[in-house]
Amino acid sequence: MGRLILPDSVVTGTPQLLVELRGVGKSFGGIPVLTDIDLRLEPGSVHALVGENGAGKSTLSKIIAGLYTSDTGELLVNGEEQRFTSPREALDRGIATIAQELALVPALSVAENVFLGREPRTLGWIGRRTLRSEFLDLARQTGFDLDPDVPVGSLRTADQQKVEILRALARGASLIIMDEPTAALAGHDTQLLHDVVRQLAASGHTVLLISHYLGEVLELCDTVTILRDGRLIRTAPAADETEATLIEGMLGRTLGSVFPEKPAAPTDAREVLVVRDLVAPGVNGVSLTIRAGEIVGLAGLVGAGRSEIAHAIFGAVPRTGTVEIDGAACGTSIPAALDSGIFLIPESRKEQGLVLGRPIRQNVTLSNLAQVAAGNWVSPARERRAARDMLERVTVAGDDRRDVSALSGGNQQKVLFARALQRTRKLLIADEPTRGVDVGSRRAIYDLIVEQAAQGIGVLVISSDVEEVLGLAHRILVIRGGRVVAELTGDDLTEEKVITAAFADPITSGSI
Amino acid sequence: MSTPVQTQPTPTLARRIPWRSLAIVVPFLAVFIALSVGSPAFLSFQNVGNVLDRQSGILIVAAASTLVIIAGGIDLSIGATYMFTAVICGTLIVKVGGVPGVILGITVGVLAGLLVGIVNGLISTYLKVNPLIATLAMSFIILGATKLVSQFGKQGVGQIRVDFPEFRWLATTKPLGVSLPTWIAFVVLVILGVVLWRTTFGRYVYAAGGNSEAARLAGIRVGFVRISTFALAGLAAGMAGVIDLARTPSVPENDAIATTLTFTVLAGIVVGGTSILGGEGAIWRTVLGILFIAMLYNGFTLLRIDPLFQGIALGVIILLAVGFDAWSKLRRR
Repeated sequence: MGRLILPDSVVTGTPQLLVELRGVGKSFGGIPVLTDIDLRLEPGSVHALVGENGAGKSTLSKIIAGLYTSDTGELLVNGEEQRFTSPREALDRGIATIAQELALVPALSVAENVFLGREPRTLGWIGRRTLRSEFLDLARQTGFDLDPDVPVGSLRTADQQKVEILRALARGASLIIMDEPTAALAGHDTQLLHDVVRQLAASGHTVLLISHYLGEVLELCDTVTILRDGRLIRTAPAADETEATLIEGMLGRTLGSVFPEKPAAPTDAREVLVVRDLVAPGVNGVSLTIRAGEIVGLAGLVGAGRSEIAHAIFGAVPRTGTVEIDGAACGTSIPAALDSGIFLIPESRKEQGLVLGRPIRQNVTLSNLAQVAAGNWVSPARERRAARDMLERVTVAGDDRRDVSALSGGNQQKVLFARALQRTRKLLIADEPTRGVDVGSRRAIYDLIVEQAAQGIGVLVISSDVEEVLGLAHRILVIRGGRVVAELTGDDLTEEKVITAAFADPITSGSI
Repeated sequence: MSTPVQTQPTPTLARRIPWRSLAIVVPFLAVFIALSVGSPAFLSFQNVGNVLDRQSGILIVAAASTLVIIAGGIDLSIGATYMFTAVICGTLIVKVGGVPGVILGITVGVLAGLLVGIVNGLISTYLKVNPLIATLAMSFIILGATKLVSQFGKQGVGQIRVDFPEFRWLATTKPLGVSLPTWIAFVVLVILGVVLWRTTFGRYVYAAGGNSEAARLAGIRVGFVRISTFALAGLAAGMAGVIDLARTPSVPENDAIATTLTFTVLAGIVVGGTSILGGEGAIWRTVLGILFIAMLYNGFTLLRIDPLFQGIALGVIILLAVGFDAWSKLRRR
């Protein structure tokens, strides 16, 4: 990675911002979400907030960012008490948030988004040329390679995030709050973002980082604050923590290993899935096999074609080539794929997985409704029983008549597994199974995946988290440009080999 | 993401009340009681029976349109289809005559509605034309076609009149003292209500509108579900056209009737609390919504308030209903 230099105006003009919270508490509808939080964000430091989903991380960051006001306690910026009533006011004091759900205008260009609301203008006319040159200044000096004229909607998530960061810098932000910034990024982009974060801190900016990736937290941050159930457990230098101590603090107990024990790789089991010369949008001739009980990982960069392969196997997109399940050719529609025993847990649970406005129970039985129905008639008793059984297996407690949107990210993901458990008979494809999922639920999801494999189901796991693929899979296929570029087994299952293959000289991969 | 909803100890009372479900019930009961007290003529069997009889056609159309909206579509052509089927039915009755004419008229009229619905569904699903635009365009086409048929149907000037007892019995028969159209509407509403509530198809309708991509990846044939809802709406418009033709019994020949029907149906659905964005709603809501509007109009007449204010009152009510919906969604965050 080359040296990253921030714009002089940003570097020199950054006021040192010391943000302190004293005894902050917040409740929603009578339920305390945060209790008595004391926090000191040192200028020029990278400060991490960790905790399970529901621990209060997002609420706390929203109080600092002016989205919420605290019920009790005070917020001090450089020693002055502040009561922000809107994010705008916080921004005026130099506090900006890069949200999990990016807040960009898709139809506007990169440069227009960066300067949105602060366009250089003369008599109400936006100076396009000034806009462009100011953007290029900013972009060049941060090391972000972005075309100013491209509409933001056409960029991948990683690049959209860069736009958000540039926007915060353009507004003179000194404290930048990042909520799960790397959740949607892969290898190279993650690394680039880490460099940017370090550079921001070096130039006097403060970064408040909310992350589920503990490795990232330990590597990147100076200080870590652990929250559990809305209470502050401790704030400590990152150098004094390990993943184990962080997890213990977050859960209030030790977790054991992050990954369950892998059952031995089934080398002579029958081949459940045979894919030959698969071609589909983003997939350029993929052949692969998965044995019964085998967990195969698909690694590669975002946009390499991993999800596209999954969708093609699942019949969600038009395809050519053969897909065989237990030797029988599989139809090219989703219902046909389901009938032959394939199930896909899609990448984005909110956009592709769940019907958020419907009850948990109905989300569990959605792809299996025929089994709890007599003819076309849904039997409430059978549906309730089926849903309860499945939810118990995936350890989601509580009333399943609530809307699924009421659940935390981890539990929502488990609901998708509950749906999958009813249908999967031969092959389970899990695309990003733990994105935005807290540590506790993550282990539960890994257990489910391993349990499925132990039952003789072939499992295909797709993840941007290389550690996750390494921790779960018997065999890893590295994807680039819609092709399998490497197959790793045994001793070759190392992070280095995966990354090397994912980035290997693109000349051999031909055109995309 | 970090909203701690899992371990709610005791939600406050205000949070437990399902505000959204109550949205239409409270004002409906309020107006009902107010009118019963304010106007002695309101709560008579005669008046209520008349209101229901007059609303039967629109209730059928509104119920089927509710399915379209829940599935994530919208049908603006229902009013035009309603007129179209009435004209086809009337023309065939006049041209063929007698009982065969009546049977042919009713059958072809209703099937014409179904056909329009299927076309609407195919256009918006397979050609991927936004349903709002597709059905708007279709409604102009259908209104044009209506005039073609009606020119053929009427001899010389004047309207097509179908004042034949063989046909009129459809509206004049009163089993158990309640008009046949009311009975038909009742049966259709119950069937559609149960379909939505308890069948796999109903579940798929909600899923298709709630998150079509998730529904598709869960193995639901979203296109088929959406086309079916459009087909049902067309079929319902056909039934309503025929029923109202028997009640009037002259063929309506005014584009405004078509537009008013479409608007009233959408107003009823929205006032009832079904989300225009799809994914949620219910038939009983639409029934209350439509009857609420009818009751309001009836009350204006009984209380001798200038009908001029009816439209204004309805507009205000729609805004209140939608505003309430937005507010209650905000609360759920």
